[in-house]
Amino acid sequence: MGLLARRNLFHDKVRFAVTLTGIVFALVLIIIQFGLFLGFTTTTSNNIDHSNADLWVVFHGVGYFDTGRNFSERKFYQVLSTPGVAQAEKYMQAFGRWKRPDGRVENIQVIGFHPGSGLGEPWNVVQGSLADLKQEDSVVVDELYREKLGVQKIGDRVEIGDHRARVAGFTRGIRSFTTSPFVYATFKSSLDYTNPSSSENSTAYILVKAGAGVSPKELQERLRARLADVDVYTTAEFSRKTRFYWMFTTGAGLAVLTAALMGLIVGVAVVAQTIYAATMDHIREYGTLKAMGATNRYLYRVLIEQAVWSAVLGYGAAMIVAHFIVQASERAGAVILMPWLMSIGMLFLAVVMCVAAALVSINKVTRIDPAMVFRG
Amino acid sequence: MNKQERNTVIRAKGLSKVYREGATELRALLEVDLEVRTGELTLLMGPSGSGKTTLLSILGCILRASEGKLEVLGEDVSLLAESELPRIRRGAIGFVFQGFNLFPALTAAENVALALDVRGVRAGEAKKRGEELLAEVGLAQKARSFPADLSGGQKQRVAIARALAGDPPILLADEPTAALDSTSGRTVIELLQRLARVHGRAVVMVTHDPRVLSFGDRIIHLEDGRIVREEKSVMGAMETSSVLEVQSAAPAMAPEVSI
Repeated sequence: MGLLARRNLFHDKVRFAVTLTGIVFALVLIIIQFGLFLGFTTTTSNNIDHSNADLWVVFHGVGYFDTGRNFSERKFYQVLSTPGVAQAEKYMQAFGRWKRPDGRVENIQVIGFHPGSGLGEPWNVVQGSLADLKQEDSVVVDELYREKLGVQKIGDRVEIGDHRARVAGFTRGIRSFTTSPFVYATFKSSLDYTNPSSSENSTAYILVKAGAGVSPKELQERLRARLADVDVYTTAEFSRKTRFYWMFTTGAGLAVLTAALMGLIVGVAVVAQTIYAATMDHIREYGTLKAMGATNRYLYRVLIEQAVWSAVLGYGAAMIVAHFIVQASERAGAVILMPWLMSIGMLFLAVVMCVAAALVSINKVTRIDPAMVFRG
Repeated sequence: MNKQERNTVIRAKGLSKVYREGATELRALLEVDLEVRTGELTLLMGPSGSGKTTLLSILGCILRASEGKLEVLGEDVSLLAESELPRIRRGAIGFVFQGFNLFPALTAAENVALALDVRGVRAGEAKKRGEELLAEVGLAQKARSFPADLSGGQKQRVAIARALAGDPPILLADEPTAALDSTSGRTVIELLQRLARVHGRAVVMVTHDPRVLSFGDRIIHLEDGRIVREEKSVMGAMETSSVLEVQSAAPAMAPEVSI
């Protein structure tokens, strides 16, 4: 029966190409839509997830990353003096105005951190180094935004909030979910760029690293007990809150989620239609097999083997196409993520979709019409 | 038990088939009694819609009768569950179709071997037996040809080889010569006759083809779902052995629609 399944699939090459195209189209559609969804959610919490911190101390009521609100640095010292705290760093997030060399102005999100601290630093630096940020008025931006920010190379000079700034490095792949690119600077510079009148004795966030043998949850409880007017979240909690905000509080997230679900529905429909049509093309042959005494179990095995072949080959081709699209997205405005778990899930989905579609069509065979078999 | 009874492989008693579609009843077959015996080529004849194919489908255990009793090789298949019927088909019956129904993706030998695969025969053995059967129908040299590369007559001979794959005592053929030219048709009917007379199989063949009449051992005529006449070959000449009177209540019993 294996021979029949394979031959039926490959004998008519045009039919096979159509079947494969349908499956590839459906899988690539699903991968792109869910990849966009994953890219979207990941981008919203990127700075939190890469912070290397165990806990985030935020102004009371701040629900997500992009609306940091300053509070007194006395909290910072309270944190530092809490037993179980191995390290704490002040961290800034605020919107600013970037004046390009050609005079055009762009909105940016300034991230202030302490270079070398290991907490809240930008990642994937591909040009320059974070150590160069220690030079006054230096910033690091992502190479994705070279054009938008009007800078091409290290040393290019701009103005941020009427302060001079010099590009000291470039990262790769740090997108901003908003239209305002992230610009990384030292904590002190970030204050100058965004709110020169504010005191250096304030911070928007405190990033905390727990000491050896102290669990983040345990430390979180201790800090909550000691600190007033601030909230203390584990990194995972703050990341989740930020993602949740963008996903469900704003229409944008729901739109992406809906598009992903629509992609899944359309993809399933395309695969079902493709496999159904391919099976129905051979319905007379299955009817003949049935007349010859083939059991339903035999027919199921032929159809399932055929469906699995279609799914595996379609999946392979879809992964190649998706790989190129994902790579292209790395240089584009919206990132498409395809983690390995999703890749495996897609194989499972492809097999399930193809087999289910084939089994739906076999109902026609099990309720065989003798006239179909006997008439030429 | 006399010889005729011993040779009976299919015994049908009072077979009727009614198709229901909503409130409409389609009476395709009405109280048919029939015995099929080994060593005979039985022709089923009748106009379109007389119930020939329905009868063949019921005799082949593809379709269930609405009423009546059917015995195949002494087993009352009317009592069997639907899931048991493939076993009867595999063990007792080979089918030959008007449209050949070969698998276009498989070679001639693979088409025959597939019938053995259905019966659980291992691939190597099935392939070897498939080639032997093709040789028996004179197509040894076409074993590796695909159906698309064969003539109509050759395709039908492949289909006959496939029908013989399970070594069934019964062969049911639905207008096997209808799509063939006279030469190919003659080759096929001679082959079927040989399978009946020389190899002792029971061959039942639905036909409209007047060219094959002289090859039949029995000719059963159907009209409106009933057997109306049976002829037997006696010393090469056909003799009407029985004429079934249409009951006087025929108008009331006649099918509303026949297929």
